[in-house]
Amino acid sequence: MTRNSATLRAGPSAGVVSRAEHAPRPYWNPYLVGVLLGLVLLATYLVTGRGLGATAGFAAVASFVAGIFSPEHVVANAVHAKYWNGGAPLANWTLVLLGGSFVGALLSGIQGRRLAFSVERGPRISDGQRLALAFAGGFVAAYGAKIAKGCTSGQALTGGAMLNAGSLVFMLAVFAAAYGLAYFVRKEWL
Amino acid sequence: MFPLSSTVEFTAGTELALAAVLGLGFGFCLERAGFGSARKLTSVFYLRDMAVVKVMFTAIVTAMVGLTVLAAAGALDLKELYLEQTNYTAQIVGGLLFGAGFIVGGYCPGTSIAAIATGRKDGMLFALGMFAGVYTYAELTPGLDAWYTATAQGEIPLPAATGIAMGWWAAGFVAFLLFAAWGMAKIEARFSGSGRI
Repeated sequence: MTRNSATLRAGPSAGVVSRAEHAPRPYWNPYLVGVLLGLVLLATYLVTGRGLGATAGFAAVASFVAGIFSPEHVVANAVHAKYWNGGAPLANWTLVLLGGSFVGALLSGIQGRRLAFSVERGPRISDGQRLALAFAGGFVAAYGAKIAKGCTSGQALTGGAMLNAGSLVFMLAVFAAAYGLAYFVRKEWL
Repeated sequence: MFPLSSTVEFTAGTELALAAVLGLGFGFCLERAGFGSARKLTSVFYLRDMAVVKVMFTAIVTAMVGLTVLAAAGALDLKELYLEQTNYTAQIVGGLLFGAGFIVGGYCPGTSIAAIATGRKDGMLFALGMFAGVYTYAELTPGLDAWYTATAQGEIPLPAATGIAMGWWAAGFVAFLLFAAWGMAKIEARFSGSGRI
């Protein structure tokens, strides 16, 4: 059998009573979560006038780290400067949102018994290979999000709800690329 | 009345406190849906489990209907809401790169946080890769932001661009969601038990 976490938690051995008591609870119905997530997005719009985001939080950390080496360089760089916030780049709205998200996901994970130090992968690649691909994928996804001015949160969800043409085109491009490449990376997941 | 930001002057501290509270709900939803797991997320691209599309589409439609109803009731001024400019080249190129990063990396930026919170080491590596990506973007291609603005087509919300009122769009999306839900149930029944390919 495979060593991945999903199998460990939900594999045949999960039928043993002692294991079953600690088995992860099932995820919620996706349509129910979708409505809740939509209400979070709606509340964000109603309170702040803007929607959700995620990538800007990472950009704020990049600005912070660049500032440790050279604040002058950060101010002179058009991209870093946007997140510099007068020398307090970590007081970034989206970064705090991500901090809240971390706690929210942690609480949900604890209640659902889904906390596990593990690597998500299929049975046909090693942990090391998967971790390398995760890093590479994160790099490419971030670059794409910077070019497109948003990610799944900032463009797809937030712009989609406002029927923003660019956001809908972004979403189509994301799914086109992912579906197009899925076959070639199937050994990573299946 | 809404958005509150147009009538109330939030202090910087209040804004960040709001971000933390909204983030709690955001992260809770992502983890509840199973989006802290890269295998769950990517199985949508093998038609095994359509939860990603179900959650995203339902969230978009829910928020869209809420915005439409509140605007129609006069409680919300849609013009006060921030809208990102559309730049088709940027959204297509960036979207293709993002989609490639998604299927290879297993997460998107928000879901990687849910993965880290529940102990997924690959989520941590994805986030580190993202950090390297945004850092490299700033260092190597800082001019792309100016290019985006210079070549953007502007704000293109579909109701204004087509002359079809937002209410009709929202009703259309609700109808399409119902149809898609039926279709996705069919797809899952066909593919969910499939083995390796």
